[in-house]
Amino acid sequence: MNAVTSQEIARKAAPGPEAGHARSFALRRFALTLLLVAACLAAGGPRSAHAATSLVHKRAPEFVRTDLGHKRLDLNAYRGKVVLLNFWATWCAPCQVEMPSFVAWQKKYGPQGLQVIGISLDDDPALVRSLVGKLKLNYPVAMGDVKLGDLYGGVLGLPVTYLIDRHGMIQAEFQGETDLNKIKTQLQFLLPSR
Amino acid sequence: MKFTFVSRPSVAVGLATMVLLFVCTHCPAQFTPSTGPGSTNLIPQAQLIQPEELVHLLQATGTGKPLLLQVGSHLLFDEAHITGSVYAGAGSQPTGLQQLQSTVASFSKKKFIVLYCGCCPWDRCPNLGPAFKQMRDMGFSNVKVLYLANNLGADWVAKGYPVERSH
Repeated sequence: MNAVTSQEIARKAAPGPEAGHARSFALRRFALTLLLVAACLAAGGPRSAHAATSLVHKRAPEFVRTDLGHKRLDLNAYRGKVVLLNFWATWCAPCQVEMPSFVAWQKKYGPQGLQVIGISLDDDPALVRSLVGKLKLNYPVAMGDVKLGDLYGGVLGLPVTYLIDRHGMIQAEFQGETDLNKIKTQLQFLLPSR
Repeated sequence: MKFTFVSRPSVAVGLATMVLLFVCTHCPAQFTPSTGPGSTNLIPQAQLIQPEELVHLLQATGTGKPLLLQVGSHLLFDEAHITGSVYAGAGSQPTGLQQLQSTVASFSKKKFIVLYCGCCPWDRCPNLGPAFKQMRDMGFSNVKVLYLANNLGADWVAKGYPVERSH
């Protein structure tokens, strides 16, 4: 039996060029995965306060309601469009900061396939009708209820906004007072894809 | 600076990790609201009670448990409310303040009462300030207000504190 020196053992254990390439490839793949995860986290907007019930990357729960104009409001009917679904209320000050922007976006991006939908969590529809007229909302608004809140994981604080892609998948969720630029950036990202 | 072939992926891993850590730690769960016309500014700091403190009180046996009154949205109350709490009308509405008045009318002015809402970020809540003022004007001397920084979902439900539903 030949004696094996420590140098030989080290030389045999040292990876050859192929092993180096494989290691490099694996590291790069790992780095890319990390970057993708980071990008996904950033793209998801502010994280849900109750992350366990976050609906991001899940199919948007379907619902049918009658809007304030007495028309049928069926989320499923907007498949093929990008939907901005906003839960709001007349008593919610941050909601009313956001809504003029939603009106502007509906006007600007509507032809590109955006549909804003408002769901009011008010107790009194009369107050909602009044504010809808005052803010000149150019998108459908329906009254919410406990069942709808439950469908969306429990809406226990406002505002809450979801961005739903053309395939009916929720791509972003914004809870609380949010930087509107974050919503707009996500919206502009979703609009071109068909 | 020159990187060798082997070191470049390592640098990339490091950079990616740093980006990931930055995103995880710097994306706030909630946007911190600026101080607006929120009626909560009217409530003295000494009258606030933190969620952890209230949970401790609710878990304690014997007397000393407060009467819990939700003074915000009825719909949100129906979705979830602190176990044992009572809906007492939206503090931002005249009808809500009337309901609050009638809810507490039969209680001693020394009764330990905790008001809460959690509809919106603390500084933006329109209900708590008027409700607290109403209680003070009625002569209630032992009233605290639950401080929920973001909303009931984020600061109470998500922490696993006791909740129940109306339906």
